[in-house]
Amino acid sequence: MALTKAHIVNNIQNRLCFSRKKSIELVETLLEIMKKSLENGENVLITGFGKFCVNEKRERRGRNPATGEPMTLAPRRVVTFKCSGKLRDKIDKKEQRKQTR
Amino acid sequence: MNKLELIATLKNEANISKAEAAKVVEIFFGNMAEALSEGERVEIRGLCSFFVKDYKSYIGRNPKTGEKVVITPKKLPFFKCGKELKERVDY
Repeated sequence: MALTKAHIVNNIQNRLCFSRKKSIELVETLLEIMKKSLENGENVLITGFGKFCVNEKRERRGRNPATGEPMTLAPRRVVTFKCSGKLRDKIDKKEQRKQTR
Repeated sequence: MNKLELIATLKNEANISKAEAAKVVEIFFGNMAEALSEGERVEIRGLCSFFVKDYKSYIGRNPKTGEKVVITPKKLPFFKCGKELKERVDY
């Protein structure tokens, strides 16, 4: 089962003794702060977890995969995530990892 | 924006103490890291979802020297941007 906002709200409520309403509000506020920052083109860097980056994509030529028709894709901005080394090791369960870069 | 700035902004916007804001941020990202380390999916509506992807062993090359290197199987988190965030970040 996937971890969702509801689980995180429960944990905040139980561990910090906030009311249910306040716990929900805190999580929503936190999300809104992150989204606003990314919306303004500012990266969000969480030590030990990773980095949410805003990347500018230039205009490029693509194809409609259904019809094969060439078309121009407009420039756009996307969010990418760069996993921190600490989180990567935690997921990979490796104490030490050779530097691959 | 880094973690400290995130904590400070949360403190101001939610009217809680700095220690409380720090704990909220810790729990939020701690929960996600824990779930991923157990191979569980994470789904935060409006922001993003993560799942752990298994990569098989393969023979790669050191881009600098051109030498062949064996890459052992690994697990990496895969990030997928949420719909709301995607629409808000784009022009």
